[in-house]
Amino acid sequence: MTEKLHAYVDQIRARNEAWATNVVDALGEVTIEVSRDSIYEVCQFLRDEAGFDMLADLCGADNGPEEDPRFVINYHLLGTGHKDRLRLQVLVAEDDAHVPTVSSLWSTANWHERETWDMFGVVFDGHPDLRRILLPSDFDGHALRKDYPLRGYEPYSLN
Amino acid sequence: MGVVVDTPAIGSEVRDQPLESEMTLSMGPQHPSTHGVLRLDLRLDGELVINAIPDIGYLHTGMEKLFEYKKYQQGIVITDRMDYLNPLGNNLAYVMAAEKLLGIEIPERALTIRVLFCELQRIASHLVWLGTHCLDIGAMSVFFYCFRQREKILNLIEAASGGRMTPSYFRIGGLMMDLPAGFERRCKQFLDDFPEALDTFDTLVTGNTLWQARTKGIGLISREDAIDWGLTGPCLRGSGVDLDLRRDNPYAGYETYDFNVCVETDGDVWARYLVRMREMAESWKIVRQALERLKPGPIKADAPKVVLPDRDDMRKHMDSLIHHFLIVAEGFDIPAGEVYLPIEASKGELGCYMRANGSAKPDRVHFRGPSFVNLQALPVMSEGEMVADVVAIIGSLDIVLGEIDR
Amino acid sequence: MGLENTLFESLPDVLTVKLDAVINWARKSSLWPATFGLACCAIEMMNTVSARNDLSRFGAETFRASPRQADVMIVSGRVSRKMAPVLRRIYDQMPEPKWVISMGACATSGGVFDNYAIVQGVDKIVPVDIYVPGCPPRPEMLVHAITMLQDKIMKESVKDRRDTFDAESRISRVPGTLPVTEGTALEREMEARVDNENAPKPYSVPARHERRRSS
Repeated sequence: MTEKLHAYVDQIRARNEAWATNVVDALGEVTIEVSRDSIYEVCQFLRDEAGFDMLADLCGADNGPEEDPRFVINYHLLGTGHKDRLRLQVLVAEDDAHVPTVSSLWSTANWHERETWDMFGVVFDGHPDLRRILLPSDFDGHALRKDYPLRGYEPYSLN
Repeated sequence: MGVVVDTPAIGSEVRDQPLESEMTLSMGPQHPSTHGVLRLDLRLDGELVINAIPDIGYLHTGMEKLFEYKKYQQGIVITDRMDYLNPLGNNLAYVMAAEKLLGIEIPERALTIRVLFCELQRIASHLVWLGTHCLDIGAMSVFFYCFRQREKILNLIEAASGGRMTPSYFRIGGLMMDLPAGFERRCKQFLDDFPEALDTFDTLVTGNTLWQARTKGIGLISREDAIDWGLTGPCLRGSGVDLDLRRDNPYAGYETYDFNVCVETDGDVWARYLVRMREMAESWKIVRQALERLKPGPIKADAPKVVLPDRDDMRKHMDSLIHHFLIVAEGFDIPAGEVYLPIEASKGELGCYMRANGSAKPDRVHFRGPSFVNLQALPVMSEGEMVADVVAIIGSLDIVLGEIDR
Repeated sequence: MGLENTLFESLPDVLTVKLDAVINWARKSSLWPATFGLACCAIEMMNTVSARNDLSRFGAETFRASPRQADVMIVSGRVSRKMAPVLRRIYDQMPEPKWVISMGACATSGGVFDNYAIVQGVDKIVPVDIYVPGCPPRPEMLVHAITMLQDKIMKESVKDRRDTFDAESRISRVPGTLPVTEGTALEREMEARVDNENAPKPYSVPARHERRRSS
């Protein structure tokens, strides 16, 4: 079932050997780990030449404050023509949490990247409007990080 | 008030050049027509909308953080409250993601009942959409008719699971309980009465020239824009893209059912309306097929460490009792892995990204809410429309703030 | 002070008892809710208004979108911290007399969501008259809440001021002056003497079920 998806991996590798640093094939899904500097080009290649015209989801995950790299940014791509799905992953360290934006490739990435910034604190370079989207604009901290407590910090204040 | 995004002060520019300035109108968060707590920053030139910027987060519940602190089976209860018009769909996405990580197979009767309830839930969700959309545009009686039909579906769901709107009926490995006695007769009764209701809606709304005048040509989005903005579900199919995950990425046995995918090409509010009306008829067909192929059988998978045993079994056998205790008190571990499971919810592609780390609580659960992505395209759809049309466009997007804000 | 408070303060009790009954009956029979549906409970509220459980039988005929035309605010759904100032503002915009029904577990106490994002109980923000448990409560429960609120309204009195506590409102003040205190012992003694004279009186009107002569 994943032979079709491996064909895309081969296409990426044929284009540039260094783009796909690690490929994981588990549970019927193919995950390609891409380095932060080449994620924009890989996405552009997949969108223009492999038919992945829709970005289904862009989400972040936190490995924990002691892990390095700390953050994982997942890109879930979908092709409306061939109906295949692919996942790209970018691993980001905590002290250098910057990833180039893909909102110029797929306009839908705009809010997804704002949400990832809001929840994790990962900055998307080149994003037109990177501000908080779900949490209040005066919120202090990034809520989905593992070291942020579930119940939050300060007592309520209405102002 | 500390909550508002900075809006430009309406001051001297209005006095000096009253017809030349752009007015900012904040629509919401408490508003009868925004389908929840949504705030829209409308930049207006008179009555024409120049830009409509949504401001969300007023219902942010921190559900994704809450999932990490709850065992897998406790998380099912939280998923009910996300898209609260389609709770069984949310349950299904979460439960299927966990089952995929575990690698367990679901028996056929459970799959059939899952499809039956998902399609009933889709009809119920579309009925709320129709009722509130018509209420916003001004046709108030349709609201009452829709909710009357929806009460029947809610009674069916309540009979099976005990909850009208928050059923939590699906479990990891099958269902919570088997269907009660007489369910098939009641469901068949509902199916026999429903086409007449659909005809009523057609007469009242579809054939109504006022309705057509308010919805045709409003809120246009082209096919390329729809894909670029990531629209899914009826919003995408209303713009001519033939993508339905029930047929294209099938799950839960949908590939064995016979149904059509409704596609329209205009890309306006009218096209999305037609797609959803036809989808209700298609869902009706699927429920009928599911009801006919219900056969007696087990409803829980054969995985004693994951699925709760029957109560009788638990009382008589020691190992069932131990399994029951362990599952409820400590939960079951799911081996490390990650999965993204998309399903076709009533609003579009609902994707559950679940990452497990070998413990009894998930490491990360993220829901790709279709309304979150659909709402992002609102400025594109409402540029150049009147303020009253913005209400119609929001209705046609069918957004639920619980899913947007999670 | 509201107009009716000023008027009725000066009337003898026998008249205000009758007026109480009439005015409270009028207020309870046309409780117009303000639309404050937030989440899942809002859909159950919509179910309560719909044809099967019809809330307009009990006087809640129309849900007014503008809080300035509403009597009761049914807070249905979870209140997030971003929404809390908005909730308080809408409550402040409602004119007296106003009541609040906290519908559902999330509005009453935070519900399932005990985390950074949800206010743990809407009574931290607005004073609540009726709490309705459930997640979401059945429509019949919301109807019961409205009838409980109606019983509560019948026990009120027109002489009660709703914006201050009883003891404070019964102290007579020169109109146009603010109650400024320095906290000296003499002032405290004076206030205590005034409080003792104007101590709150128990309700002299028994509730409806206590007035039944047969049992």
